[in-house]
Amino acid sequence: MRKIVFALAGIVAIVLVVIACSKSVTGRTDDAAALTPENVDINAGDWKPVLLATPADIVVAAPAATNTPDYIAQINEIKAWQQNITQEEKDMVKYWSAGAVLRWNEILRELVAKHNLPPYQNDDGTYPFPSANNPLAYPQFPFANPPYAARAYAYVSAAQYDALVSAWYYKRLYNRKAPYNVDSSLNVLIPKSELPSYPSEDAVVEGAAVETMKLLFPGDQDFIQQKAEEHKRARIISGANVRSDIEAGEALGKAVAQKFVTRARGDRAGAAAGNQTVWTQLETDAIAKGEIPWYSLELPKRPPMLPLFGKVKAFLFDSLTAISLRPGPPPSTSSKAMEDEANEVYNYIKDDTREHYRIVHFWADGVGTYTPAGHWDAIAAEDFIPKHYSEVRWARNMALLNMALMDAGIVCWDTKFFYFNPRPTQLNPKIKTLTGIPNFPSYISGHSTFSGAAAAVLAHIIPDNADKYTSMAQEASLSRILAGIHYRSDCSIGLEVGKNVGNYAVLRAQTDGAE
Amino acid sequence: MFVPILSMAQTDIDAIMMEKNALCIGPSYTYSSWKNYWEGKLKRENLNLGTVSTQMVGLMGTYGVTKRLNVLFSAPYVITKASAGTLHGYKGIQDLSLFVKYSPYKAKIGDGIFTVFAIGGFSTPLTNYVADFLPLSIGLHTTNLLARGMADYQQGNYFVTGSATYVYRSNVKIDRTSYYTTEAHLSNEIEMPDMATFNLRFGYRSYRLIAEAVFNNMTTLGGFDITRNNMPFPSNRMNATTGGINIKYTPAFAPRLSIVGGGNYVLKGRNVGQALTVDGAIFYVLNLGRKQKTDTNNNQTK
Repeated sequence: MRKIVFALAGIVAIVLVVIACSKSVTGRTDDAAALTPENVDINAGDWKPVLLATPADIVVAAPAATNTPDYIAQINEIKAWQQNITQEEKDMVKYWSAGAVLRWNEILRELVAKHNLPPYQNDDGTYPFPSANNPLAYPQFPFANPPYAARAYAYVSAAQYDALVSAWYYKRLYNRKAPYNVDSSLNVLIPKSELPSYPSEDAVVEGAAVETMKLLFPGDQDFIQQKAEEHKRARIISGANVRSDIEAGEALGKAVAQKFVTRARGDRAGAAAGNQTVWTQLETDAIAKGEIPWYSLELPKRPPMLPLFGKVKAFLFDSLTAISLRPGPPPSTSSKAMEDEANEVYNYIKDDTREHYRIVHFWADGVGTYTPAGHWDAIAAEDFIPKHYSEVRWARNMALLNMALMDAGIVCWDTKFFYFNPRPTQLNPKIKTLTGIPNFPSYISGHSTFSGAAAAVLAHIIPDNADKYTSMAQEASLSRILAGIHYRSDCSIGLEVGKNVGNYAVLRAQTDGAE
Repeated sequence: MFVPILSMAQTDIDAIMMEKNALCIGPSYTYSSWKNYWEGKLKRENLNLGTVSTQMVGLMGTYGVTKRLNVLFSAPYVITKASAGTLHGYKGIQDLSLFVKYSPYKAKIGDGIFTVFAIGGFSTPLTNYVADFLPLSIGLHTTNLLARGMADYQQGNYFVTGSATYVYRSNVKIDRTSYYTTEAHLSNEIEMPDMATFNLRFGYRSYRLIAEAVFNNMTTLGGFDITRNNMPFPSNRMNATTGGINIKYTPAFAPRLSIVGGGNYVLKGRNVGQALTVDGAIFYVLNLGRKQKTDTNNNQTK
C-alpha cells in the first residue's frame, strides 16, 4: 500500500510542477516602452493633409487659461485619479503610452483578423453577403478580406494623420502647456514632453479611429468604445492631459474623420461585390478574348471577391492613372508559355519542403488573419517603435504606407478582373496548394502587389532597412509560387506594379513637408 | 480527430505487463478518416475537404525492466490527405512517445485480482513538422508529459480496467508571427491548454485471446471553438468521446507472436473530426534476459 501512496504522490508532484510552469505568451509589443519622441515635430501643422484643405478646416476653440478655476479643477481631477490608482489602471497607462497610432493600428488589425472569414454557403449553394445595416446577423459585417482590409487601414490611418496635422496646428497656435508643465507638483506616469497638450494628440487619434471604425466595423462598437474610454482615461490618469485637452482632441479627431467617412461612402467600395450580371460578364468577356476564364475553385463555386474593387477611388492618384498602372496581359491561357508556368508551379508543390511551408505560412495571411496589408502594418509598426517618432510622424508614415497598400489593392484588383486569369490549379488540378487558394483571379498576385508597394514606401521611410524590405517583399511574392497559388509572372509583375504604386506614396512623402 | 494519435494496441493504457527482460516489438498500421467534423459544437461537412484521411505506420515496443516495471515506446510516420478541395496533404515522422508503466500493488479481492498501475509518459516531436496546418497537420508539435492512474480487476477471464490521465502540453511555435483565437496575438507562440482523458475498457482476457470494448473520453482543459467557417487551430478546445473494440490473439503454434486489431469511432466531439479509425499490428516477443523463459507465468503477457 505504501508503494501506491509513493506512486500517487510522485504523479501529483510531477503534475503540480508542470502546472506551475506558466504558459502565458507575451505579445511582441506588450512591453513596448512609452513613446518618447526624439523630435516633437512642432511644425507639423504645416504638413500637407490628405483631405483637409487647410489644417484649420475644423475649428478648435481656444482653451481656458491655465490659471482659471476650471483648469485647476481639471488638474485636481488627475490628482484624484492618481490617489486611488489601481494596478489595472497602471497597466492601462503603460499599454496606451506606447503610442496612440500604434495601439489603434493593432486594434484595427485585430478586428480585421476577427472578421476575415468567408461566409458559409446557403442550402441552395448560393452565398449570403454581409449587410452593413445588420452587422451582427450571420454572415457578420464586414467580411474583412484583403481589399476591404487595405481600404480600412488606409481610411483610419489617413484620417488620423489629417486630424493630427490639424491638432499640431492648434497646439502651436494656442501653446497650452501640458498639465505637468503647469503644475510641477503633479505626479506624471509617462515621459514628459515640451509639446503643447491642447488638443490631446491621443484623443485626436482615438476620435478619428472611433469615427472611421463606426463605418468599417459597425458591429464591434462595444469593443471599440471600451478601448476608447480606456485610452482617454489612461491619458488623464497618467497626467499627460487634462480633460479639456481630451475633449477638444476627440472632437477634432471625429470631425476630421467624418470627412473621410463621407469620402468612403462615395468611393465605390460599397458596390465592389458586383452582382450576377457583373460576374457573368467577366466570364463572357474572357471567353470572347479567346481565353479560359477564371472560375472559383471552392465548392460550391463562390462569386469572386469584390470584382469591382478596381473601380474604388484611390488616395494617391486619379482613376485614369490607376488604369495606366495596369500591366500588360499574362501569357495566353492556351499558350506554351502558360503551360510552362503551370508546370513550374506543379514542380514546386511536389517539392513541398519544410522551408517552403515556412515561407508559405509566414506570408499566407489568409482566412482569419489581418491580411497582407495588416502584415505590412505589423512589420512597419515594429520597426517604427525604436525610431521614437512623434505621434504625428507615426500617423504620417502609417498613412503613407496604408494609402499605398489600398491603392496597390485597387490596381491589383483592376488587373485581376480585367484579365480574369485562372489559377494554376484550374489549369492543372494536380496542383495541390500549401495554403488556401484565394477566391479571385490569378494575374497579378495580390501579395506581390501589396508587398512591392509596402517595401517601396518603407524603404523611403527607413532607408537603412531598404534591403530588408526588398527581400521581404521578394519572399512574400515567392511564397505564392511555392504555395501553388500563383504563376511566376503573376508574382514578378505584381511586385513591379506594387513598386510603381508605392512610388506615388514616396512622391507624396517627398513633398508633404515632413522631410 | 484532427490530431492523429498513435493509440494502436494501447499498451500504455492497458493492464498488461511484460515479463522481466522481455521485449515485445512490432509494426502497426492505422487508418483513420472523417467526413463530418464539429466546428465548435456544430456538426458539419466541408465540401472543400471531402474526406480527410490519416494513415500511420508505427513501430511500437514494450520492454519488461521487471515484471512490475515496463517501459514503452512508439514512433509513427503519418500521412494525411483531403479527398476534395485543393489543399496539399502532409507527411512525415511525428512524435516519439516513451512511457513508464509501474504496477506497485496487486491483491486478491473476492474471487478476482485487483491491480493498480501508475504510468508516466513523455512525448516529443521527432521532426520539425508543421503544426499550424490543420486539419492536414500530422500532429500539434507539443512536447507532452502525462500522468496516469489505472486500476484493473480481473475475475476468471473477465476484466475491467479504468484509468484517468492528465496531459501537460508545452506551447508550440508556428511559422506566422500573429494569430487570432478569441483575440489577437502578436506572437508565433501558441499557449496550449492541457488535456485530461478517461478510459474504460472491459471484456474477455485469456492467454490466447483478449477481446475488449473500449470507451475513451478526451477533454481539452481550455482552448477555444473554431469560429464559423474558419479553419481549425492547434489551441482549439478539442474534445472527443470514442467507443471501440480491440482484439488480440496469440496463436498456439507461435506463442511469441501476437496479432492485434481494433477500431473505434468518435461518438461525440467538439472541434474534432468524427473519425472512424481501424488499426492492426503484429508483435513479437524477444527474451533479452539470460534465462530463456517463456511467458507462462500468467495471462498478462504480450
